[in-house]
Amino acid sequence: MRKVSTGQFIAGVTVLLLLIVFPFFVHHPIHLHVVILVLMFGMLGTAWNIIGGYAGMYSFGQVAFFGLGAYTSSYLSVNFGLNPWIGLLAGGCVAAAVAAAIGYPCSNLRGHYFSIATIAFAEIVRIVFNNWKRVGAAEGLTLPMDKPSFSHFLFNDSKQPYYYIILAFFLISLVVCYFVATSKMGYYFRAIKESHRVAEVMGVNVVLYRLIAVMISAFLCAMAGTFYAQYVLYIDPDSVMLLPFSVQIVLISMLGGAGSILGPAIGAAILIPASEYTRIALGAKGNGVDMLVYGFLIVVISMFYPEGVWSLISRIGRKKTRTSLHAADKAEAASAQR
Amino acid sequence: MSGQLLQQLVDGVLIGLVYSLVAIGLTLIWGVMNIVNFAHGDFLMVGMFASFWLYTLFHIDPLFSIPICFFGMFLLGMGIYRFIVRKVMKGPLLAQMVVTFGMSIFICNLAVYLWTPDFRLLPPTILQGTWQFRGIYFSIPKVVASAGSVIASGCVLLFLKKTNMGRAILATEMDRDAAVLMGINTDRINGLSFGIGAALVGVAGAFLSTYYYIYPQVGGLFGTIAFCVVALGGFGSVEGALIAGIFVGLAQTLGGFFFDPAYKYAIVFSIYLITIWIKPKGLLGW
Repeated sequence: MRKVSTGQFIAGVTVLLLLIVFPFFVHHPIHLHVVILVLMFGMLGTAWNIIGGYAGMYSFGQVAFFGLGAYTSSYLSVNFGLNPWIGLLAGGCVAAAVAAAIGYPCSNLRGHYFSIATIAFAEIVRIVFNNWKRVGAAEGLTLPMDKPSFSHFLFNDSKQPYYYIILAFFLISLVVCYFVATSKMGYYFRAIKESHRVAEVMGVNVVLYRLIAVMISAFLCAMAGTFYAQYVLYIDPDSVMLLPFSVQIVLISMLGGAGSILGPAIGAAILIPASEYTRIALGAKGNGVDMLVYGFLIVVISMFYPEGVWSLISRIGRKKTRTSLHAADKAEAASAQR
Repeated sequence: MSGQLLQQLVDGVLIGLVYSLVAIGLTLIWGVMNIVNFAHGDFLMVGMFASFWLYTLFHIDPLFSIPICFFGMFLLGMGIYRFIVRKVMKGPLLAQMVVTFGMSIFICNLAVYLWTPDFRLLPPTILQGTWQFRGIYFSIPKVVASAGSVIASGCVLLFLKKTNMGRAILATEMDRDAAVLMGINTDRINGLSFGIGAALVGVAGAFLSTYYYIYPQVGGLFGTIAFCVVALGGFGSVEGALIAGIFVGLAQTLGGFFFDPAYKYAIVFSIYLITIWIKPKGLLGW
């Protein structure tokens, strides 16, 4: 893993500061909502990146963990009055446990087989929640709207607090991803991505590390799920467990560049405003034009930017370092000659 | 009880054979190009709508619109391969998966835009009514659709095993590099198998339109089931898809019979997950 250069550090801090002051300049709820969605999908994409980008498991079932997180905290809050912050942790634990339970039998699946198994899993979860009376079946759950305060994860006068909470969550997911990517575990993940068999021969416990990746990712997705539930205050299987939602997570990561820490965040920053504003502009008639444009966008992106936007950015960066290295080489050679 | 059970068995086999036909097209594409075509269900929807409009506008019975569906979808498949899929074949695996998802969303919403999201049903065609045999009902459109599936699958197998072109497809499926060395134009084979895959699902759509609801989102359900059938039957195996289709059809109806019809697809997917846990490459995969 490369060390962060001063220029990158400054750029990062600038972006962070801009994100922090953003709500002071933009008050319009629609724009704030779009940015909240960008951060939420940035978080989900980062979570996906850990299993998809680093460990090479292309999961199309992350929405199930998102939904499990949303449902766990909401169910506990509606029925037992449990604080959503505790529900957040509970949801994460439930999602991680389910991920382990489903990930273990799937640990010998590769490539397409793994992807299709994740779709089947997500569909099972959706069908079960669609028919399970205790969690409201197809009617979903409506969260209570009393006691708005930070300690109850509920605010009714402005979207700003939600913005800062999801910003914090997003940064947490980036930090987690950074630690995963730069630790020994990250190297194991990449080894597994390149070749299971070689990784295994080199002494990597493939099954264990795949499980760890799936569990971390599921926990982060569930956190986003709880946030979504507290933000929208109404969930049903069709809003938090639908397959296209999963596809959007994968798409964001791909567009930004899977396997780089900031890739999914960049993907979210491009794709979510694009799809949200087309929906706002064209979706009102309900004749499918907004989705038509969205589908077209996906096809075009994957045809012309299959490696993601991040690869373009880093290619420019790499060229720069290569020329500077070249200069250093020359200087060294010159000093040797002398 | 036993009569009802027998009825469920019959229904399971009848719907299972249609699943097989949908899945054979998918498995061919998957096997030859190593691409999962997530737009496959939407190709089915296009086939169903084609058959619907041919009947509504030109009074061509679905049974006779099958050849039109076959060739129309064949050309559509070839075109999609040439202009879209071929471009992403060289790209990473992820881009190949996502591009077909994009096509799926596009085709589905194009149908919503053109024909509204309404549910439609063809009026009774020349295939109608039921046939009773010892207390078990056979719906005639379903029987014809299943028989058609069997015939179409048989034709595909004959084509693959007996003709030079079919053997070239199988060779490409087994070992792409070796096929190139034998002088097979694998690019043409890719296009051909994508076309045949789409054509087969078009035929399945024409058969299904005689008794199933026609609406833009119909592809989602059938597509997901077809993935399970393919993965269950094994990578690129036509015979496997045939057997797995019947298996899935039976799992669906018997699961609905013994547990709860609301959970029938959850049962199908669970059985699929258990099967690939035991046999990761599917029943007949290699």
